Amino acid sequence: MHTIRRAAASILATSLLIGTAACGSSDDDAGSGSGSSDVTIGIVELNLSNPFFGTLEKATEAAATAKGWKVMKSEAKVPGDSATQVTAIENMIARKVKAIVLDPANPTALVDVVKKARDKGILVVTVNATVTPVDAADATFATDNTAAGKLIGQWAKASAPPSPRIALLDFDLSDGPAGGRHNGFLEGFGITDKDPQIAGEALTKGTVETGQSAMENLLSAHPDINLVYTINEPVAHGAYTALKNKGLQGKATMVSVDGACSGVQDVKDGIIGATAMQFPSKMGELAVAAAAEYIANGTKPKPGLTDSGTVLITDKPVAGLTSQTSEWGLQNCWGEK
Amino acid sequence: MTETVVLRARGLTKHYGQVVALDDCDFDLRADEILAVIGDNGAGKSTLIKALTGAVVPDSGTISLKGEQVHFRSALDARRVGIETVYQELGVAPALDITQNLYLGREQRRKGLLGTVFRKLDKPAMRHGSARQMADLGIRIQSIRQKVETLSGGQRQAVAVARVAAWATSVVIMDEPTAALGVRETNQVLGLIERVRENGLPVVLISHNMPNVFQVADRIHIHRLGRRIALVDPRNTTMEEAVAVMTGAKSPESLHLEGGTA
Amino acid sequence: MTNTADAALLEKEEDHGGPLRTFIGSQIAGPLAALILAIVVFGVTTSTFLNADNLSLIATQSVVVGTLALGQTLIILTAGIDLANGAIMVLAAVVIGKLATDGNALWALVVGTLVCLVMGGLNGVLISRFSLPPFIVTLGVLSVLTAAARLYTDSQSYPISSDLLTILNDGPTVGGISITYGVLLWIALTAVLGYALTQTAWGVRVYAVGDNRAAAALTGIKVRRVLLSVYLTAAVVYAFAAWQALGRTPTADPSGYSTANLDSITAVVIGGTSLFGGRGGVVGTFIGALIVTVLANGLTQAGIDSLYQQVATGILVVIAVAVDHFVRTRQTR
Repeated sequence: MHTIRRAAASILATSLLIGTAACGSSDDDAGSGSGSSDVTIGIVELNLSNPFFGTLEKATEAAATAKGWKVMKSEAKVPGDSATQVTAIENMIARKVKAIVLDPANPTALVDVVKKARDKGILVVTVNATVTPVDAADATFATDNTAAGKLIGQWAKASAPPSPRIALLDFDLSDGPAGGRHNGFLEGFGITDKDPQIAGEALTKGTVETGQSAMENLLSAHPDINLVYTINEPVAHGAYTALKNKGLQGKATMVSVDGACSGVQDVKDGIIGATAMQFPSKMGELAVAAAAEYIANGTKPKPGLTDSGTVLITDKPVAGLTSQTSEWGLQNCWGEK
Repeated sequence: MTETVVLRARGLTKHYGQVVALDDCDFDLRADEILAVIGDNGAGKSTLIKALTGAVVPDSGTISLKGEQVHFRSALDARRVGIETVYQELGVAPALDITQNLYLGREQRRKGLLGTVFRKLDKPAMRHGSARQMADLGIRIQSIRQKVETLSGGQRQAVAVARVAAWATSVVIMDEPTAALGVRETNQVLGLIERVRENGLPVVLISHNMPNVFQVADRIHIHRLGRRIALVDPRNTTMEEAVAVMTGAKSPESLHLEGGTA
Repeated sequence: MTNTADAALLEKEEDHGGPLRTFIGSQIAGPLAALILAIVVFGVTTSTFLNADNLSLIATQSVVVGTLALGQTLIILTAGIDLANGAIMVLAAVVIGKLATDGNALWALVVGTLVCLVMGGLNGVLISRFSLPPFIVTLGVLSVLTAAARLYTDSQSYPISSDLLTILNDGPTVGGISITYGVLLWIALTAVLGYALTQTAWGVRVYAVGDNRAAAALTGIKVRRVLLSVYLTAAVVYAFAAWQALGRTPTADPSGYSTANLDSITAVVIGGTSLFGGRGGVVGTFIGALIVTVLANGLTQAGIDSLYQQVATGILVVIAVAVDHFVRTRQTR
């Protein structure tokens, strides 16, 4: 008796705790009880650990509420957490949203539920990343990550020392954007995965401290590393700390992708040589514009990937590559300055 | 009766709602004796023991220790005046060694700064103390540094008894100490109980096992319907008679009673 | 009083275990052997593993999770578990980082420590006073604090520039090996906690509570008070871990260290502490944390895919748990 009560109490306590945590950031005030003319759309994001996703989500939401729509939001709990996203989409189908803007945590895991939504007449567009096959969704508005990787690969090739020793600091390559950037970088640099110019490669979790540890380990084995590809700017920042701790700052050139204000600042400070800036707000605005068109007159957007654009940010421009300075970058970057 | 009574209770009563667990119950334990408490399930034995060890506060009645009245509000109160209890199980921490178990909750610290500032344990002193205690009770083990989990069931219970005997200054209470043990190990523990008495501590033994009771007890307190209905001497009472009285098949008046009944 | 049997028993005990046998029987022998084996293997297979810089790097890389794992050890010894320790550390780190950007770094450290104490105290009270299961309580606190750290910072990281906050990344160079204050602090914390666990009554009681809570309570140990003291002590250790994290990576990052809770449990388990409580210790955990780092470092240097680090770590966890199970079942007759 006593134990049952205690168990019940603890389950209650836990569900309250988890409940508040999970619901804390989602306003699911979808149209129940409001007039049928009200439009609700769903926004399904990755976990908001990186300000990139926060920027993307806020821009999407702002564009939607500007049109007088209601918004249902959900976020994956950890990177790669497609299960939470599947549940969220199922809920959104049940609430009869008109359109869903999805940032898929996994390219294939969401295909079935996306099909279910589209079968009910819901427009599903993905932002930031594609699903596989890409036409499983109505449209995609994203950075062409391969193109982004290619840009910094080409820049690196033009700026690299005569005998490059490359470190690759990746994120799980099964992740669409991570794989695209990695392959794009290699393509832009004109090498393959097996190239002897690659000194070493390591997985990070896309955070500062994992970038630092990975770089430290690679430097221990290969102190001659002079070119570092990083999956994003936090990893680049961590890698820089590793280089600095060994007194090697300035000995290695670093390239990255993102265009967050903190990353552009690192370009300005000479920590990062070049970064490919993404435009998360634009992705969200394009997605909402597509949804508006569909809701107004049933016109679906152009299928496939629409590039939301990439701009190379560097203070050391190279011939044949269009780029912008870090000054320009600071005007156009996302996240907090 | 010239022997001194160490622990005495008079008129203990305890109700749990409608249920009367103790009904004007008396209890007497003499110095230097093993007093067995027997009774059927539900007779109120365990409530009596809980009252004597402070785990239950009786509704009315008095308890006195060595002639002085005591009021136990918690098990700690009883422990403070030297009443210690051995339980059927649960008594030892298997991953700790024998010394740590004997001194658990009563660890000794080094003298001087090491003890007062650095709270350092006096391990050598505790090892000596536990070696002496084990030797005094004739408990055979390989080393006092042995973890208790390396001991047999009987040895483990022996450690629990040794622990209690080491800290009890007035009374040792044993609640079914052999219930989980085999025959040989039971005999070891019974021998140990006798040695505790020889070392000068009176023992209250609660047991269901009549042969064990008749083997070691000096007197037997028969508990029925929340009270002591008889106090007998095992030398002039048979096991069958005791059981008959305990279960109500026979009236207590038919026995050779020891001292007063309730 | 002392009779011959007593003397014989003590004497027997003296020659029962020579130092070597005592050591082999002790719980750190296994983890230490694994560590040495890993070092030998990587030393032979890579040319750079055994150089002084790399060895000091391994120690430096171990400090954050290693320090967290010390606190985790205390809790696991009581048969508890702390899933929230990484989140507590991260929250403290971002609080320190944010306060220090426009204020006094020392004050920020004090507030960060208070954050740890309040959160550890919350866990401790829920677990000791209300007897709620540690797994569930700390799972809930983990969830809340992870969100709290993001909300507090709006998911931004704060660069750390204060010398006080990054001092643990500095340190002397001894014989060509640079040793950071962070590593020294980690060693000191291990020594202090090791002393407290093995040489004081508090330590014996922590083991007793984890080993057999009912028996501990029957001997008059105030079990709830011991449990609360353990969660509070662990919280202080987590505050040190937050300081370590800021020293190692001079950025207070709300999304960092998201798996530090599991990493700390891994270090504890590989270090030979039983998840069932009552067995193990901080020295084993210290070695366990080093093993995890050595695997990551060595496999990266050997050019082996990072995913194999997880495979290797996982295998060690299973071995450690199996050994613990074997020890417990063999000795419980």
